[in-house]
Amino acid sequence: MSTVAADMHHEHEHHENNNVFGFWIYLMTDCLLFASFFATYAVLFMNTAGGVSGKDIFELDFVAVETAALLLSSITFGFAMIAAHKQNKSGTLLWLAVTWVFGVVFIGMEVYEFHHLIVHGNGPQESAFLTAFFSLVGLHGLHVTSGLIWMTIMMIEVLRRGLGDQTVTRLSCLSLFWHFLDIVWICVFTVVYLMGAV
Amino acid sequence: MSQHNAHAADHGDAKSYIIGFVLSVILTAIPFWMVMEGEFSKTTTIWSIVTMALVQIWVHLKYFLHLNFVTEDGKASTISFLFSALIIFMVVGLSVWIIYESNAMMMY
Repeated sequence: MSTVAADMHHEHEHHENNNVFGFWIYLMTDCLLFASFFATYAVLFMNTAGGVSGKDIFELDFVAVETAALLLSSITFGFAMIAAHKQNKSGTLLWLAVTWVFGVVFIGMEVYEFHHLIVHGNGPQESAFLTAFFSLVGLHGLHVTSGLIWMTIMMIEVLRRGLGDQTVTRLSCLSLFWHFLDIVWICVFTVVYLMGAV
Repeated sequence: MSQHNAHAADHGDAKSYIIGFVLSVILTAIPFWMVMEGEFSKTTTIWSIVTMALVQIWVHLKYFLHLNFVTEDGKASTISFLFSALIIFMVVGLSVWIIYESNAMMMY
């Protein structure tokens, strides 16, 4: 490879790394958004206004399955990224599809949980605890939903355009987003569900 | 070769994902089991589940997000994460401290 070509390649790679790093900085600001929701929850969770508390409404085995779905989706996304870096198009698509299915299972279960609570008269308007609970868990759920939409678009892009540098960079950003959401979920199940049920 | 290693540190390989996954499963199963069994005192349970959550966050950062101090990009990401962690500690930790203290002074 000539020096010029090597330089250009290096330059190009640097540019991509900057994109991914920029996205990482966005995720750090998103962390702060979640942090403020966690602080709100920690302050308000005892204010149940005579209604239900965490202990009454949390079903831990249900949450354990949700957690398993999200954790499995993290490792399958890892496999999708490995396939993408190897330029393996069908492998990438397959693992993205598996990840997507686990993500949908997670969101489906969360929607079911919210619906179940609201139907039984424990909607977000009932107490400060429930407002904080629905806001925090709902914010995470909205992020996962956005991730699923983004993933659908990426699958179409990979299908149509293959695994060019730009597509792989976009996949890397989505991968950071997805793993980041799993980290937030660790905090959610620990602080909200487990500590609420202790 | 060194460049190849640096690359692997940024993307990760199947092995690192599997190690991370197995550790995460263990660090998730134990806290759920502790709370569901309810055999331990409240203090022990809370400290254990918080510790395991922190360890699991570290596992995810290392094995899934590939934060490191080895590559240049890894360093930049790690330092920006540590800075966010400091801010989060201040926002969440200190808010909770202030509110709990004012609660304690007003009501009990």
